[in-house]
Amino acid sequence: MSAESSGGWLRGAKPSTSESEKQLLAAPHSNGKAPIEAVGGLPAPATGPAHMAPPARALPGGGETRRHTLIAIVLDKPGVLNRVASLMRARNFNIDSLAVSHTDQPDVSRMTITLHGDDVAVEQAAKQLYRLIDVLKVQDVTSEPTVDHELALVKIRATDSNRAEILTIVELSKGRVVDLAGESVIVEVTGTETEVDAFVALVRTYGIKELVRTGAVVMSRGSASIEEAVKR
Amino acid sequence: MTVTRGESAKAPSPDARRSHVPADGTAGAAAVEQARKAMLNDTRPRRRTRIGADVVCEALILQGVDVFFSYPGGVILPLYDVLGDYPEIRHILVRHEQGGAHAADGYARVTGQVGVCMGTSGPGATNLVTGIGTALLDSIPMVAITGNVPGVLIGKDAFQEIDINGITLPMTKHNYLVRNADDLPRVFAEAFHIARTGRPGPVHIDITKDALQQETNAQHPTPEQVVAGLPGFRPNMDANGRQLKVAAAEIARARRPVILAGHGVLHAEAWDDLVAFAEKTQIPVAHTLLGIGAISEDHPLSYGFMGMHGWKHVNRAIQSADLLIAIGMRFDDRVTGNVRTYAPYARIVHVDIDPAEIGKNVAVEVPIVGDAGRVLRALLPMVAAVDPATRAPYFEELAEWRRESEGSSWHGSGAWRDGLLSADYVVARIGELTEHKATYVADVGQNQMWLARYAGFRQPNSHVSSGGLGTMGFSVPAAMGAALGRPDRETWAITGDGGFQMTSQELMTLVQDGIPVKIALFDNKKLGMIRQWQEIIYAGNYHSAHLQGPDYEKLADAYGIPAFRAQTPDQVDDAIRSAQAVDGPALIWFEIAEEQNIFPMMPAGKGLSDLIENWGGADE
Repeated sequence: MSAESSGGWLRGAKPSTSESEKQLLAAPHSNGKAPIEAVGGLPAPATGPAHMAPPARALPGGGETRRHTLIAIVLDKPGVLNRVASLMRARNFNIDSLAVSHTDQPDVSRMTITLHGDDVAVEQAAKQLYRLIDVLKVQDVTSEPTVDHELALVKIRATDSNRAEILTIVELSKGRVVDLAGESVIVEVTGTETEVDAFVALVRTYGIKELVRTGAVVMSRGSASIEEAVKR
Repeated sequence: MTVTRGESAKAPSPDARRSHVPADGTAGAAAVEQARKAMLNDTRPRRRTRIGADVVCEALILQGVDVFFSYPGGVILPLYDVLGDYPEIRHILVRHEQGGAHAADGYARVTGQVGVCMGTSGPGATNLVTGIGTALLDSIPMVAITGNVPGVLIGKDAFQEIDINGITLPMTKHNYLVRNADDLPRVFAEAFHIARTGRPGPVHIDITKDALQQETNAQHPTPEQVVAGLPGFRPNMDANGRQLKVAAAEIARARRPVILAGHGVLHAEAWDDLVAFAEKTQIPVAHTLLGIGAISEDHPLSYGFMGMHGWKHVNRAIQSADLLIAIGMRFDDRVTGNVRTYAPYARIVHVDIDPAEIGKNVAVEVPIVGDAGRVLRALLPMVAAVDPATRAPYFEELAEWRRESEGSSWHGSGAWRDGLLSADYVVARIGELTEHKATYVADVGQNQMWLARYAGFRQPNSHVSSGGLGTMGFSVPAAMGAALGRPDRETWAITGDGGFQMTSQELMTLVQDGIPVKIALFDNKKLGMIRQWQEIIYAGNYHSAHLQGPDYEKLADAYGIPAFRAQTPDQVDDAIRSAQAVDGPALIWFEIAEEQNIFPMMPAGKGLSDLIENWGGADE
């Protein structure tokens, strides 16, 4: 028998002697051996008092959730947006916003993806993006100094009586009127997500007929360039 | 009885390779054969120009493809029209595209080469999908080719049009839609490069009918051009040196280390490196389902199969380890169970070629991204040789656990309750009588776990199993590809009656193309694993677990396949030897105990320490 050749265990199996295992589970690193000390600056493994249950293993992705911004430099090929969107859906990441545009390099596009998640989950999202053949570079710029802007167009209900008031708010918010009509104005505002949110909240009292936002486009401050980093 | 082991698996004659010619010996076949010979003897200059379909055939030959699995259809016919001009590629006409995809998969698993399957648009393409998904989840290098409707009809809901590109997008490593014959050389070169490089995986190429028919002079790119054309695909093969040092320090410190060997060891062809590393560091090696064969099971340091239906002693060793060295495995939920309670005392060194696998399912202390072989070779000089004597108490404990767990789940007499045939015994006899030198192809379910545990694997790439997707019906078609990939080995398909009935149409392919697969059909007249779960988890509510089957001897007979039957332990060896003696495919109908469970079992959601070891009977 195959099994016999590897130890003869087939006949006469011995009764369970789990004493050693009990000992081990009670005090895993003192099983008749010297306790383990830290070596080379590494922390020693977790051990606990004998009566305690084994420590639970930390789950990846159980940390604090916050808004992350990923910049992806991708080849401008048909279907690349579909690939990115499909991957994020399949891997259970929820995209808050996604902005895609050309770059100064031909055949290369840039995506700015904002999503909520803990650091480990977003790192996993970035790694999964890297697996796509058309993705050249992914960078999480959440913790870097960045310029983080989006643009919104807001069609606000306006009457003769409140139009002046609206225009004052627009001016104070550094917005720009791009269309004036009898019963509405279209205002363009740019700024961080929070700034745009604040403006929208401010004009909501007048009545918003339509609202469109581009989603954030983000660029790191300073002279470093993600596009230059992927140039061949 | 003489055992003709291996003799049936002779290399196909050059004439046999032209399998697209009917080989049924009829008058029609003779006429076709005559026409074919006339065509081959026609030495006049070729009267037609090079078209996209020629490029496909050239590309397959350039990539070293000697056999592929396909089924014709309307839009792929331009390719079939030129296939006769390329006798160096053997075409296997399958009976269903899913069978073709699994066959390409089986071929890839035993050879390490890219497997190729093909189908037409619409239903042909969707039938491939299960096979592509199987290859994706198990990281199998595969190129799946489909035809599509002519470019002008795309998006028009044309006959047999489906957005197969959209369907395979999330289940391939990469996919292509080719609408221009000039793109075909580049796309094929890229597809094979992507499929086999780094973490392997399936690549799908969809080609419009007009692209197959267009004339083209486009040349095949060099390997350098292919790499240069894929700036976003640069797998990291060599590990970071600093991480290797940290790993070496962890290994030096560990008192109860365990190596977890996965499929990545086989992909990297790193089995010798693994053994050298384990021997130098004296660390026992446990393996995953797909890691079977990474180390010979008769090696003293091989400890066995882990996970949901793994050996209790192996799971016990993992739960009490202080260091896990995971190589080319991905901490699948079937391996870890509840991650919160997984290996609670262990620090983890995780080696994988795919950075996304590291930290995905479990948090690890030492991440190492790289090819398993290169990492092991780099790590070997960095670790100290360990004297086995220093691990004596550890090894004694492991040996004791092993004796206990193996002894408690073995039916050495061949009989289970009431003297009925025990599946573990049958699997062990197949392993023994094939001298552990065959290729063993599992289906999914109890038969898969019995095979994994009791066959006794000695050689790399000798075990083929749908681990990730768990595709029932995988065994027979995958064995077909495995037998063609390794004709020097016997090929055994181990299947249950459920999986067998899903893809038994490929029996005819085995006959028509003379593929010598030995099928061991484990018939318990049940969906065994379903029945086991219903018994244990669903309070015995056996809905749909009972499965009727045909008379398998008559079925095999109808296909012209010799069949043997074993119902009692004393008939097992004779049946196996008889099947081995057949020159060609054979089937053994093992009527096994209907309610035998496979234990231990870790219920889904539980941890490795919560194994169920038996259930209502001392003899399970």
